[in-house]
Amino acid sequence: MEVTITLNGTECTHDVEPRTLLVYYIREAAGLKGTNIGCDTTSCGACTVLLDGRSVKSCTVLAAQAEGRTVTTIEGLAEADGTMHPVQRAFQEHHGLQCGYCTPGMVMAIVSMLAERGDHVLTEADVRLGLEGNLCRCTGYHNIVEAALAAARAPELRL
Amino acid sequence: MSILGNRVLRREDPKLLTTGGTYVGDLDLPSALSLTFVRATIAHGRILGVDSKDAKRAPGVVGVFTCDDMGLAPMPPSMAFLNQAMARPLLASGVVRYVGEAVVAVVAESAAAATDAAELVVIDYEPLAVVVDPLEALKDETLLFPEVGTNNCFELQFGHDDRFFEGCDVVVRQRIINQRVAPCPLETRAAAALLEGDGRLLFYSSTQSAHGVRDTLASSLDLAKESIHVITPDVGGGFGAKATVYPEDVVTAWCARRLGRPIVWSETRSESMLGLGHGRAQVQDVEIGGTRDGRILAYRIDVVQDAGAYPAIGAMLPFMTRTMATGVYDIARAEFNSTSVVTNTVPTVAYRGAGRPEAAAAIERAMDCYAAEIAMDPGELRRKNLIAADVFPYTTPTGTEYDSGNYVPALDLALEMAGYPKLRADQQARRRAGGSRQLGIGLSSYVEITNGVPEGEYGAVEILPNGKAIVRTGTSPHGQGHHTSWAMLVADQLGIAMEDIEVIHGDTDLVPRGVGTFGSRSLQIGGAAVNQAAIEVVDKARALAADLLEADVADIVLDKPGATFHVAGTPSISRGWAELAQASLERAGEPLMAEVDLPTAGATFPFGTHVAVVEVDTETGQVRLVSHVAVDDAGRILNPLLAEGQVHGGIAQGAAQALVEEFSYDAAGNPLTGNFADYSIISAAELPSFDAAFTETPTPRNALGAKGIGESGTIGSTPAVQNAVVDALSHLGVRHVDMATTPERVWLAIQAARADAGNGTKSRKGAA
Amino acid sequence: MIPASFDYVRADSLDQATGLLERHGDGAKVLAGGHSLLPLMKLRLAVPEVLVDIGRIPGLSYVRDGGDHLAVGALTTHDEIARSPLVGSQLPLLAHVAGQIGDPQVRHRGTIGGSLAHGDPASDLPAVVLALRGTLVLRGPGGSREVDSEAFHLGFLETAVAPDEILTEIRLPKMGELGWGFEKLTKRAQDWAIVGAVAARLDGDGSTAIALINVGPVPARALAAEAALEAGSSPAEAAARADDGIEVSGDLNASEAFRRHLTRVLVGRALEKALV
Repeated sequence: MEVTITLNGTECTHDVEPRTLLVYYIREAAGLKGTNIGCDTTSCGACTVLLDGRSVKSCTVLAAQAEGRTVTTIEGLAEADGTMHPVQRAFQEHHGLQCGYCTPGMVMAIVSMLAERGDHVLTEADVRLGLEGNLCRCTGYHNIVEAALAAARAPELRL
Repeated sequence: MSILGNRVLRREDPKLLTTGGTYVGDLDLPSALSLTFVRATIAHGRILGVDSKDAKRAPGVVGVFTCDDMGLAPMPPSMAFLNQAMARPLLASGVVRYVGEAVVAVVAESAAAATDAAELVVIDYEPLAVVVDPLEALKDETLLFPEVGTNNCFELQFGHDDRFFEGCDVVVRQRIINQRVAPCPLETRAAAALLEGDGRLLFYSSTQSAHGVRDTLASSLDLAKESIHVITPDVGGGFGAKATVYPEDVVTAWCARRLGRPIVWSETRSESMLGLGHGRAQVQDVEIGGTRDGRILAYRIDVVQDAGAYPAIGAMLPFMTRTMATGVYDIARAEFNSTSVVTNTVPTVAYRGAGRPEAAAAIERAMDCYAAEIAMDPGELRRKNLIAADVFPYTTPTGTEYDSGNYVPALDLALEMAGYPKLRADQQARRRAGGSRQLGIGLSSYVEITNGVPEGEYGAVEILPNGKAIVRTGTSPHGQGHHTSWAMLVADQLGIAMEDIEVIHGDTDLVPRGVGTFGSRSLQIGGAAVNQAAIEVVDKARALAADLLEADVADIVLDKPGATFHVAGTPSISRGWAELAQASLERAGEPLMAEVDLPTAGATFPFGTHVAVVEVDTETGQVRLVSHVAVDDAGRILNPLLAEGQVHGGIAQGAAQALVEEFSYDAAGNPLTGNFADYSIISAAELPSFDAAFTETPTPRNALGAKGIGESGTIGSTPAVQNAVVDALSHLGVRHVDMATTPERVWLAIQAARADAGNGTKSRKGAA
Repeated sequence: MIPASFDYVRADSLDQATGLLERHGDGAKVLAGGHSLLPLMKLRLAVPEVLVDIGRIPGLSYVRDGGDHLAVGALTTHDEIARSPLVGSQLPLLAHVAGQIGDPQVRHRGTIGGSLAHGDPASDLPAVVLALRGTLVLRGPGGSREVDSEAFHLGFLETAVAPDEILTEIRLPKMGELGWGFEKLTKRAQDWAIVGAVAARLDGDGSTAIALINVGPVPARALAAEAALEAGSSPAEAAARADDGIEVSGDLNASEAFRRHLTRVLVGRALEKALV
């Protein structure tokens, strides 16, 4: 079946099997390999992308369900000139990544968390609970939480 | 001013953060086929037949293979001292010995087609008796290899001295289960293989050792090493478990050769939970004896190691446990005995710490049991028995020589950072108040061994004619940041800017030799080799500069800020790296380069003290880690930012073993925690932020003064958290809770302590 | 990780959807947010022949004020419920529970209808609906019918939703300021409850309802404890009877004995909060 998705701002159409999960559409049909697969039980969050601006686990959405919607992946976050998104920058500055495998999903989850916070000033506890669905085996989360809190303070993310 | 010791940001990160890494599963290999495996669904059974007719006819299927089709010899245990008769076939042959063992390989045009076809393969088994518990396996009643006649695959038996505890006022005994855990790097195992134009095998591997993969493939496939080219793209974590070459790797390569098309194998998490080796899995009986006033006199530990179905690195972990048995304490007498047995479970391998966390957990639990018995503060007991700073190098009763150490300051700093007296006062207040949420404070003073293998490491520095540098290293980073750290080392020696220094690793064609990254060895041996190569390339450049400047070598100095060589006192006339690299090519016909195969001067012994604080709900049994202080000493720190990252990650993994992680089987050998929904990888929501600090006691065993930091966090944190849980319940009479300290285990321990207290009261009454 | 092949139909209307379900019978499954079904399909524990995606049917995602109750459309996500000001003020228990299901990504996709129709005793929402004496609206080829929460859960993963029916709406009486308590013990924040308990004061007769999460194979109320309260027992006395007459399961995370103990402890705590 044909599935059309606006992926990182570009509309794309691919012919895929109905059983194609969104993560496979992104990785294989569209060829964007930044989004990773870390489990098969909707547990780890490595495949987290934004679907219409909200974080979802792309392993638990059929590509068909995303028909006509917008999807943002890690590749769509930095500006065209390569300037990193404040969350990406905070990850580097706070050493929030080691092997990098969970990183794209972790970054997307935090981007969504920051977009959803409204007027609320995120606390460490908010960030920790907000990342309950993203597993990392390298960092112990300490620096990821620091990075998220630092990004939350970034002026360009303050609306 | 030197860049060393600074918090330099990682150069690896921009790519990982913007496009994601390039892991094996991300490679673009045109016309590649997908490989998947049909795996054993029973723990022990004779294979009566494999029916793959339907699978072979399924859409997109290119090949379906059994062990017989491959005709390759089984892989013997990688270490010669393991029982070599217990060899592992590349695909199960005749018998399956654990759930998850690969039996049939299915190759198809896509992963979906391979998965569909694999479901059509029917394997007929005759079930055999199953042994899951290593203590049962020890009895040799159910044998995995009847032809061998025993499940014993490796033992260190020195016997027991009947008078071992003579002179001890107190002897405390405890059975400790150091449970089986799954390493779970976020990237599962993956490999890709294809034949290059010249017929060589190109093999992409998610590994901790590219050269190790090359060598094992060569021996398994009976090929010359030169005919294999191994590349490690980005690797999504390893934790020791990817330091092993797996049968599936060999099958991937074999299929590429057999079918003449690129093959990609990328397992699912559910497969990985049963495919990647497991860790820990020891049953320990510890006995500690000493005086009433807290002087340890004797320590004995007996270990049964669960090796899983085929002996691998896990079988030899007791050797490392023995090496570190007496830990940081000055103990006159020690005994260690162990037996490793095969069971119908996933083979055990190295997992972050590999044998040393087990040693630390055993003695640190024993210390707390002893402290409880003589009613002494655990901090006080530790301080009283720490090896003194002035006796290094110190040789332990099991024959290990510690290089350097200064244990008391690390203990004192950790207690100070934790606010220990106040914590104890808070604990008392909570106990007096009598609520359901009790506080526990756990200490762990540890020492461990890093760079414990006898191999050295390769490092090379080459200066290009454009003045930039290329570093080649035999280490194999998968998150550790060697591209940043090695560039720091070389920049510091050469004066070349870090951004002009490229680091190459994990390509057996570009790096001629290498051992890899495991056992916290990389900086102290691999980094030191690169550092040495940089020093030697400076020497070569100095000689060239002397030639060009028509001066004596002894008078040539390197101006590091300017990255130029000149005659001392005449900085205006100089030669830069680019000129010298060009001169080398022109004059000697060879690049300006130095290669070093740095031999190891011996292992190093990082140490420290961790203090964990937990809150235990005595009604539900739930444990929450409230805070964790880590004081680690890994000698001289090259990049504190990265070193702290290693500590943080280690603490989380160690705390996770203490709190939630456990790989479980039922009695029939069925895994109960075979995916990420059932196996609990700890998340940010269960952890606090950590308070980490370093003391720095350099090692004399390398020029950098550095010890390993990769595993310390895990080794120090696990017993600290476990001790904290027991401590929270000690006023209720609880003396031990096995890991993982799950709600039910905590509840059972409280129930048992209450029952004991009840019986105790009765018997005292009876005696009166 | 890769589901078995199936046919996919995106339904535009409830009539079309129920017609498809009627036609395909047991081979068809309803897909809403997919967070109960797709995980099973990825492990091939569920192998439907046809997926009827109701996710685009208009008018199934809402929270409406029905006077004495709130009506929640089946496609409303956990996240929408958790953030709904109307739910927050009239059904704070529901908002609180919905905000703790799974993790943020799951809450962005998972729906109240999907969660209830799946009938998993480990889910949190069935306990809320049971405790509040909710009503579930089912739509089949012949029209709609209403089912009391008491009659909804029939067995393990088995509900009153017939193969050709779709759960379209959940109605829950407003709670206003009435007291409630929710307790769940999880291994990790994102996990299913090992045991959970809901206690809620009910309008009208002033009784207190207690429902249990992941205690037995079917979502259930703690009737013995409710009766004890009714008869004048203290919350602690009532909690001690929380597992009376309940079929209790044992598993890796809790043996039957421990689960019974947890049930009593958590019901006690939920009651303490509900009855302040």
